Formats: sequence, C-alpha cells, structure tokens
Amino acid sequence: MRAAVAEATARAFHEAEKRLPSDVVAALKRAAGEETGEIARGELENILANIARAEELEVPICQDTGVPVVYISLPPDVPLSIDLYEGVADGVRRATEEVPLRPNVVDPLTRENTLDNTGPGMPAIHVSPGERFTITVLPKGAGAENMSRIGMLLPSQKDTIPRFVVETMLVAGGKPCPPVVLGVGIGGTFDGAAALAKEALLDPIDCMTPFEQELCDAVNRLGIGPMGLGGKNTALAVKVKTAGCHTASLPVAVNVQCWACRRATVEVRL
Amino acid sequence: MIPVKLSTPLGEEICDLYAGDRVLLSGTVYTARDEAHLRMMEEGIPFDPCGAVVYHCGPVIQGERIVAAGPTTSARMNALTGFLLDAGVKGLIGKGGMGKAVVEQLKGRGVYFAFTGGCAALASSRMRLKGVYYPDLGMAEAIWEIDLADLPLVVGIDTHGNDLFGKVEETALVSFDREFTR
Repeated sequence: MRAAVAEATARAFHEAEKRLPSDVVAALKRAAGEETGEIARGELENILANIARAEELEVPICQDTGVPVVYISLPPDVPLSIDLYEGVADGVRRATEEVPLRPNVVDPLTRENTLDNTGPGMPAIHVSPGERFTITVLPKGAGAENMSRIGMLLPSQKDTIPRFVVETMLVAGGKPCPPVVLGVGIGGTFDGAAALAKEALLDPIDCMTPFEQELCDAVNRLGIGPMGLGGKNTALAVKVKTAGCHTASLPVAVNVQCWACRRATVEVRL
Repeated sequence: MIPVKLSTPLGEEICDLYAGDRVLLSGTVYTARDEAHLRMMEEGIPFDPCGAVVYHCGPVIQGERIVAAGPTTSARMNALTGFLLDAGVKGLIGKGGMGKAVVEQLKGRGVYFAFTGGCAALASSRMRLKGVYYPDLGMAEAIWEIDLADLPLVVGIDTHGNDLFGKVEETALVSFDREFTR
C-alpha cells in the first residue's frame, strides 16, 4: 500500500509540474487573443512558449515547484492508515529527486531546509471519502500563496464580499504572477474557509457560475494585467466554494494561484 | 517595436531605455534572493559589481545543469537593494516590480527589467551555468553565476524614474475606488 501510494504521488508530481491542465492552457490562449497591448501580449506569448518548452524538455514549468499539497480520495474498502501518509511523503521525496523539485520546505523559524520537501505537517494532506482511490497534487508556489488573504466579515457585510476579493488583487498587483486563478472560500470556520479556498483551485476553470463570473469581471476591471504590466487579463477565473457557518460569522478566504495552475490526479493501483 | 539588444556589463546605454521598452539581454547575471542579499550586506559582494546585473531568482539546478530558472517576486528585496546600486550594479531582473524607494535609488544609475514570472523552462533554455557563490545557502538562496543568451525582458523601471508597475497600480486604485468607495 505505502509503495503504491508513493508511486502514484510521484507520478502525479511529474505530470503536474511539467504539463498544465488543458482547461488552463485554453484559458491562457484565450487571454493572449484578447490582449491588444504589445507588452501584455508579449507576456502571454512568453507564458505559452514556456509551457510548450517545459513539455518538450520534460522540465518543470516554473522553478518554484511549490510546496506539496495533496488531496486523497479514499474508497470504502481502503483503511485510513499511517501508510497512506507515509506513502505520500515517500512519493514527494522521490519526485524531489526525479522531477526534480526545488527543495522548498524549511523550518518556519530557523529557516533550515529539510532538503526533501517534507517536514512536520508537510506534505499537507487532505483525505476525503470517494469512489476511486486517487491522489491529486496541487504544488503551491509562494509568490501567489503570499498574497492570499482571509477576512472574518460580519454577517451584515455580505455585500462587501466582491470588494474583499477585488481588494485582494489590488494589494497583490503583479506579485502573484497574473493572470491568476482565485479560489474563494465563503463560510465554514476561520481555518475551514481557507481550506475551501484552496480546494476551489482544484475545479476546472472552463466554466464559472454567474457569481464567479461577476467576481472575475470585477477583478479584471482593475487592469493589472499579465505580470502587473497592465492589460485586460488579471484573473483567468474565480472559483467559489461555500460551507455552513455560525450565524454570527462570515469568514471569507481568497487563495491566490498564479497562472501556472498546476494540478494532476493519478489513480492508486493496489 | 524591435527589442533592444544589450549585453553585460551594462554601461551608460541604460539611460537610453524607457519603461515599456523590450530588451534582449545577453551576458553574465548573478542570481540573488533574500538570504544572499543579507549575506552580501554583511560580508561584501563576492563578484565584480561594476555594470553587473542581479537576477531575483532561485533556480532548480541538477549537477551542472540549469533545469528551471524563472524570476522570483522582487518586492521582497525592496529594503535590500540600495547597497548593490551604490556598489555599481546597473541592472536588476525580477518580477512584480519594486517599491518607490528603489525607483528613487535607480534614478540615473540603474534599470529594473521584468521577466515573465513562471517562465522557468523558457529561461533555462537560454542559460548556461558558470559558477556558484554561497552554496551553503542552498539551491534556492545561493548566488548562481549564469551566462544568458537573449533573455526577453521588459523595462519595468527606468533611470528617469518611470515605473510601469507603479503606473498600473495607480490606475487599478482609481478603478477600485470608483467601483467600491462611495
């Protein structure tokens, strides 16, 4: 079991780090077609050329290969055990050598690098019941993660959610490598909203609800554009997830994801 | 607009550049992030800074090979940059732009080039590894000496105080206030 999970995890990292999902590539191509300014178009052309180069050379799309965030779907017949967690960590260590991944995980206070992208609480592993036994990886780079925000709004401030989301990108500017994808978590608890926001980044970005589209259009009216150099595309998409919350609370979290919206799912073969 | 071809070490020609110009840069660059800046402030700059270009980048290196080497967020180095310019560094490469103090420090003596964030494979295909300083800082934080061939850049901040990122941020703020402040 541990070896099978490690194998699937390593394969998922190979896939996620070198090839972007087709919905993300399609969104970037659409964005390149929409930009009229020479600089904005040039930035998106570099991005598209880079994606092609990474696939051709079998190298990571971005040197910030992220920290390992892993989602496991567990079918009824597979027990939740320590082997599962250790298998994922083994897979991360293997991927660090093989892909290769940049060793990014450090002690938060001493800043000492563990050299293999694991550590206490790393990889970040989220397990949920499902039908198939799958490992989904979401390598999360720091440039965009650092611009993420959470707000404990008041129930009476429901109408200010768009303002909070747009303000997050206003503060972020070009730092999180736009055009971004924004994962928005609304409701739940303080920590739950942040988890929802990150989970929202797993959803395909080729469709949006009217609310998501409204948020996305509002972000794009800022004109920050590709890499903060100005343009029509500041966000490729906004994805929202909600959960029940306390009647006196309204947590809202925005998880910022750079244009390299990397994710891959691999089935575990036992 | 045809990109301007430049090579290191940079000289007075940088004063002819304006924010928004496209550039193809060749020659030697030195990667440096937070930890390398702090070490250089303490121990001195380990390479010849005259006309040098510093690249805000923490690459993926495998043996002698540069696997991936896109830019990191330059704003983290806002407070750590003045001493480099004082020592003669004339070019910075990174992503996301830099603070107002750096825009001032660059006036008359240095240029900030924007390279498309995340374009690590595109970058590494135009690079060759020449050497390393401070390897003990680890792969992401060490100073890597790299030979560049025609890296496609945009002048983000010029020597005349023009700041493309700052201009976009001002416009974004006006648009935000119009929509949400009443």
